[in-house]
Amino acid sequence: MSIRDRLSGNEAIATAMRQINPDVFAMFPITPSTEIPQYFAQYVADGKVDTEFICVESEHSSLSACIGAEAAGCRAITATSSAGLSFMNEVLYVAASSRLPIVLAVACRALTGPININHDYSDSMAERDSGFIQIYAENNQEAYDNYLQAHRIGETPDVRLPVMICEDGFITSHALENIELERDEDVRAFVGEYHPEHYLLKSENPLAVGPYGTSPYYMEARVAQAEAMKNAKRAILEVAADFERTFGRKYGLFEEYRMEDAEIALVLMGSSAGTAKAAVDELREQGVQAGLIKIRVFRPFPAEELAEALKHCKAVAVLDKSEGFSACGGPLFAETAAACINLDRRPKMVDIVYGLGGRDFTVDQAKRVFARLGRIVETGEIGPVYTHMGQRDLREEAQ
Amino acid sequence: MSKKAAEINEQIPWQEMTTGCEIYEGGTSRLTMTGEWRSKIPLWDPAKCKQCLLCTPFCPDSSIPVSAGRRTDFDYDHCKGCGICYKVCPFGAIDWKEVH
Repeated sequence: MSIRDRLSGNEAIATAMRQINPDVFAMFPITPSTEIPQYFAQYVADGKVDTEFICVESEHSSLSACIGAEAAGCRAITATSSAGLSFMNEVLYVAASSRLPIVLAVACRALTGPININHDYSDSMAERDSGFIQIYAENNQEAYDNYLQAHRIGETPDVRLPVMICEDGFITSHALENIELERDEDVRAFVGEYHPEHYLLKSENPLAVGPYGTSPYYMEARVAQAEAMKNAKRAILEVAADFERTFGRKYGLFEEYRMEDAEIALVLMGSSAGTAKAAVDELREQGVQAGLIKIRVFRPFPAEELAEALKHCKAVAVLDKSEGFSACGGPLFAETAAACINLDRRPKMVDIVYGLGGRDFTVDQAKRVFARLGRIVETGEIGPVYTHMGQRDLREEAQ
Repeated sequence: MSKKAAEINEQIPWQEMTTGCEIYEGGTSRLTMTGEWRSKIPLWDPAKCKQCLLCTPFCPDSSIPVSAGRRTDFDYDHCKGCGICYKVCPFGAIDWKEVH
C-alpha cells in the first residue's frame, strides 16, 4: 500500500535512504544537494537509521570514504552537486574501476562560470565517462523510485558498478510535489540486504583492492568494466520489471511519450520533459504528429533502443541542458546522433542547447522547436544544426 | 570466483581477470618481479663481509635475505638498486654499479 505525501526531491531521496538504512553515509554539503544529508542527519539523531554518518572535509573525501566503506563490505552512499561532483572526479573513476557499487545522489547544478547555483547538467555530463551508471528523474516521484532501484542495479554480480541518481537542482530537489511513498518494510524487502562475495572485513579471505595495473593488465580490466556497463542495461530493466510488479510504477531505459506515429520528436532529459509533454499534447490536439523521448538512463546509453524508437521520425530535435563546448553540439546530441548513424533511413537531427544555469524552459519554446522541425520536414532543409535557445540575442534568427 | 594471484598473468583473457582486479590473498608481491626497475645494482663481496647485518634493516624492500643469523646474496627479483646498503656498509663489502 503506497503512502501519499508531499515532498521535495531532496526529501524524497533522503526518505529512500532512510528506508534502505545504509551502513555508511559520508557527507559534505553543497547547494542544492545539502538538504539530503541535512534530512539524513535528523534521521541519525532520531535513531531512525543505524548508519555510520561521517562528516568529512571535502567531496573528494566523502567519495573516498565511501570507497573504503564499500570495499570493506558496507553499503555506502553520499550526495553532491556541481563543483562537489567535479572535485570527486578522480575518485569517481577509482570507485567505478574498483567495481564498488556506491550510490551517489546528484542534484544537478551548473558548473562555474560564471558562478551559478541553478540547474543544468554540466556537472553530471562532465562525469559521463567516469564509469558510473547515470539515471535521471523528471520529478520527485522518479527521483525516489530511481533511488529505490539503484542499489540492486549496482550490486548485480555481473555489473558491480557505482550509480548516480540524478535530479534537477532546485527544480526537482526543492519543489514540493505530491508523491507516493512505499512502506519501510516493503522497501527493505525490495532492496534486500547486501552480501558481497569478497570484502576487506572478511577475515578468512584476505583481499587487496585497487592494485596497480601495468600495460599487460590495464586493457583487460577496462574491457571487463565496459562489459559490466553493457550488462547494466539488462540489470536496469530486470530491476525495473520487479519494481513494477512490486510497486506498480513502470520504468524503462527511456520514456516514449506519444511516439507511436510521431513524425517530429524531441529527445531530452529531466524536468523539462513535463513542460515539453504539455506542448506535445497541445500540438496533438491540432493534429500535429509530435512526440518526445525522455532519456532516463544516460549511462549505459540505450543506443539501439533509441534508434529503434526514432527511426520512423522525419525530424528530431535533441535538447541539451549542458554546453559541451565541442562547437558542434552537446553530449546528448552526440550520443543520439551516434545511436542513429547506422539506420538505413534516419531522421534529420538538430541540437538545441537550452536552460543553462537555471534559464527557464517554457511550453511556448517547446512548441517553437516543434514548429522548426515541421519546417525541416516541409522544406527538406535542415538549416543550422547546432543552436542555442532562451538567450538574449541580437541575431533575429535566434529568437 | 576466488582466483589465486599466481593464476592472474599476462596470458589470461579479460574474462578470466578478477572483478576490479581484486587479489584474494596476501603476500603476493613475491610473485611480482619488480627488480627489473633497477638501473644500478648492488654487488656483495662475502670475503669482505663481517656479517654485522647493518645492511638488512636499512634495505627498504626486504631484498637482503637472512638465514640462521647470516645474510645471503641479494634478492635481485625485488631489489630496486637504491644503493642504501652500499652507503651504510662500514666494511666496503657492497659495491654499487650501473646495469648494462
